[in-house]
Amino acid sequence: MRLIASYISGLIFGIGISISGMANPAKVLNFFDIAGTWDPSLIFVMGGALIVTFIGYRFVLRRPAPTFEASFKLPTRSDLDLPLIGGSALFGIGWGIAGFCPGGALPALGTGRSEVIIFTVALLAGIFAAKALQRLSASRAKAA
Amino acid sequence: MDTVFTPWQSLGGGILIGAASIFLMATLGRIMGATGILAGLLSPSSSADFGWRAAILLGMVSGPVVVMLTSGQMPEIQVPVSTTMLAIGGFIVGIGVTFGSGCTSGHGVCGMARLSPRSIAATVTFMVMTGITVYIVRHVLGA
Repeated sequence: MRLIASYISGLIFGIGISISGMANPAKVLNFFDIAGTWDPSLIFVMGGALIVTFIGYRFVLRRPAPTFEASFKLPTRSDLDLPLIGGSALFGIGWGIAGFCPGGALPALGTGRSEVIIFTVALLAGIFAAKALQRLSASRAKAA
Repeated sequence: MDTVFTPWQSLGGGILIGAASIFLMATLGRIMGATGILAGLLSPSSSADFGWRAAILLGMVSGPVVVMLTSGQMPEIQVPVSTTMLAIGGFIVGIGVTFGSGCTSGHGVCGMARLSPRSIAATVTFMVMTGITVYIVRHVLGA
């Protein structure tokens, strides 16, 4: 049942991303190109997703636990630090260069397009590199 | 490259993205974040942990296929950048989302909906940086 629920949420997400335009780099980049070929469509994606999630979470998180798990797994940190801001800034730069974000690219893999595969391989390489850096700095901190 | 303004389709897609986030929270109690799901898949803590992540990914990839089966065409993907830019951009995104602990789905939708200060700061930061980058690439460098 857990796997079926996971699959269904992934499927709904994938259909949503597909019809929203988030998997289309031309549309994503045009959303940010206010000084050029501006296409404001993506504000409707973010707006629709945010309003629905904001209201839905209120009801869901009022329950003592999710259906198939003992507890909700929610991030608890609230401090702002350099990795969060620096990492997010880097993400923005990469998104502005390539036009794909992870949530757009993963469903887009289903189209089998070579551009999506190239982006995703590079994305995975970046994740591996960053994780290696994090391990390195963690072991240095331990040694010091 | 011009694109057509699609407010209704985009709103519908956004509502589905929100619905998927609610459904995942209601059933497994998890944040619908592409970065977190993918990163956890690469180093899962157990086989059960691997299973739900793989199932979501499989569901995501099925999305465009279902769209094609129902509408008769694959979702439009127009790539106005070079292969080099895709690869460089992808690598930078990978580093950024790992250090930043999330991307558009995790921070931008789920975290913002929970009014998490970290997610709000992250979302404002990447939206501004993406805008600046697009401006520089298109209007300063003229790519």
